[in-house]
Amino acid sequence: MKKLKRREFLQKGALVVAGAAAFASGVTVVAGAESWTARLKALNAHQGQTLLAMSRQLFPHPQLDDSYYIPVVQDLDAEAVNRRDTARLLEEGVARLDSLRGAKFVALTPAEQISVLKQVENSDFFVKVRNSELVSLYNNHRVWKKLGYPGASYPIGGYLHHGFNDLHWLPDPPESASPKPA
Amino acid sequence: MARYDYNDDSVVVIVGSGAGGGTLANELCRKGLKVVLLEAGAAQSPATFRNDEWFAFNQLAWLDKRTTSGSWRIARDFPNLPAWTCKTLGGTTVHWAGAALRFQEHEFRARTVYSNIAGANLLDWPLTLEELKPYYAKAEDKLGVTRTNDIPGLPGNNNFKVMYNGATRVGYRTVHTGRMAINSRPRDDRSACWQLGFCFQGCKSGAKWSTLYTEIPKAQETGRLDLRTRSQVLAVEHDKSGKATSVVYADKDGKQVRQKARLICLACNSIETARLLLNSHSSMFPHGLANSSGEVGKNYMRHTTGSVFGIFRKPVHMYRGTVMAGIIQDEAGLNTKRGFTGGFEFETISLGLPFAATFLRPGAWGRDYTRLLEQYDNMAGMWIVGEDMPQSTNAVTLHPTEKDQFGLPIPNVHYDDHPNDVAMRQYAYRRGAAVYEAVGAVETIEVPPYPSTHNLGTCRMSANPRDGVCNKWGQTHDIKNLFISDGSQFTTSGAENPTLTIVALAIRQADYIAAECSRHNI
Repeated sequence: MKKLKRREFLQKGALVVAGAAAFASGVTVVAGAESWTARLKALNAHQGQTLLAMSRQLFPHPQLDDSYYIPVVQDLDAEAVNRRDTARLLEEGVARLDSLRGAKFVALTPAEQISVLKQVENSDFFVKVRNSELVSLYNNHRVWKKLGYPGASYPIGGYLHHGFNDLHWLPDPPESASPKPA
Repeated sequence: MARYDYNDDSVVVIVGSGAGGGTLANELCRKGLKVVLLEAGAAQSPATFRNDEWFAFNQLAWLDKRTTSGSWRIARDFPNLPAWTCKTLGGTTVHWAGAALRFQEHEFRARTVYSNIAGANLLDWPLTLEELKPYYAKAEDKLGVTRTNDIPGLPGNNNFKVMYNGATRVGYRTVHTGRMAINSRPRDDRSACWQLGFCFQGCKSGAKWSTLYTEIPKAQETGRLDLRTRSQVLAVEHDKSGKATSVVYADKDGKQVRQKARLICLACNSIETARLLLNSHSSMFPHGLANSSGEVGKNYMRHTTGSVFGIFRKPVHMYRGTVMAGIIQDEAGLNTKRGFTGGFEFETISLGLPFAATFLRPGAWGRDYTRLLEQYDNMAGMWIVGEDMPQSTNAVTLHPTEKDQFGLPIPNVHYDDHPNDVAMRQYAYRRGAAVYEAVGAVETIEVPPYPSTHNLGTCRMSANPRDGVCNKWGQTHDIKNLFISDGSQFTTSGAENPTLTIVALAIRQADYIAAECSRHNI
């Protein structure tokens, strides 16, 4: 049942499909770092790598490698294929990131990258990437696993018999406040 | 199922199928009236709901474009999403959390009790708790509210355990798993709660009351309900005498059709009900229908809200179990010593990881923020819901230029926090943090309001037709066969989640409509 459920989810978005396909086949996306940029449709390799670096700085998690952030760029790319205004926003945004320190954004130190991003954080480009990443990254089931969120509980029949009240580091409330399950 | 002719002017047309409209439809059908129920959204079911926050949001939420203005944080954080309401059969009863509380006696007399607060457009309800009590009792029985009618409370989850221990340690006394319209044991052909933790995404166990699988099918069983989904009403029409005659709606094929009616009841939630009246302007009513007072759309209320999340050294797994089955009521009463008037409730709340990332600190990025999110497992959460002040300038208005898919002006929602709202929120943040600190929180997070789920007051009840849009029955002062049947009627917001009051008012309104119809007054 869980598997079926998962497959259903996979049909929901390009991002999840892409992420999960790599996961299912056991390919580590990082190893083929060049090949993922080659598959981008609206963005070129440099733009892809720049947005990857940016997405890592926006929501950095040391325990997540590039394979968790590549779908963020792939989602932006998919939107840019269909929407010219998004494509232009990303092109111009990457160019701006490259222009603020006299060196390409990807060549900057992490601290320099953060300071560049602070300079542009009110721009439409920045807001676009941040809002898109919030969904792409935190709706990725592989990220859920890493951060301790199990997602759907319906496949296990809910938490009634799976720990909804299993916290033991505080005393149980009295039954008047919290009756026992029926 | 009944099917009435478009020209049948003996039907009651109800617009919207949520707590107000869905309940009213069932009550009127049971009294023998013919009802056409128009719902803008499609029909889902527990089988089509998904335990997936973004999927469910896209499946259920009202996503037609809206704009915002004012000093509220929503205008900055979610400028095109002032409210989180639904466009689906069952309306917001599909995604509500189930908290079913009665208003307190003094809350019906806000103007008298709170007296004259600068900037607030307070008014007493033309209705008392005593008058509403029998209907509250009927509503609680209908919804199967826990801790009423000998129905036991829900068992508390981990999130509640944290709340309970913290609350009692700081001296709060009224702390329990709430009065919830979620079955703690099987009732009314619905199962007991499975503790799924996805109340907002449509309850897949059916334990939570929703008009989708209670009132609406019960109305259909009478053979008198003509239910039309994916039918969005665009205008209410009237004749030369000023009586409402019909509605025009876009049907599921996008075709515009006219349905005649004996009387029309609007229950589209506060933003759309007001917008529909404003968009229904005519040469006779140039400022919109039922708007001789100029109050349609004004006095918009959304409750003083916010959340406090605590981070602990050990796991909580707040996402497990009934989302809102936990309440602290000690701050709900009348007590002006806190630096503000009105009261508020603390209720447990949890978000899945996707929504936690979106809502915990809107606009945030960088390592400080991701460090918080990495402690997701160790978080507990509570929501603040308190009485906000009605203000004349907080209003739903028609956008001067932007139009929707039907060519009609979209709504703008303007809201400025009143100083009383700000003082209440700041106080509540401090008290909520104290609750979590009392049980060892290593950090607490003050979370700004989410897009409004409680939208109230845009067609308020008033004793004097000058001060509001409808009378104590929800009947508009200007047009006697036009009714307001949702939270738009609320004169003030109270500290309580509004659904139980909306349902009680709908049951009461049905009695009035049936009586007036049999007397041939409407």
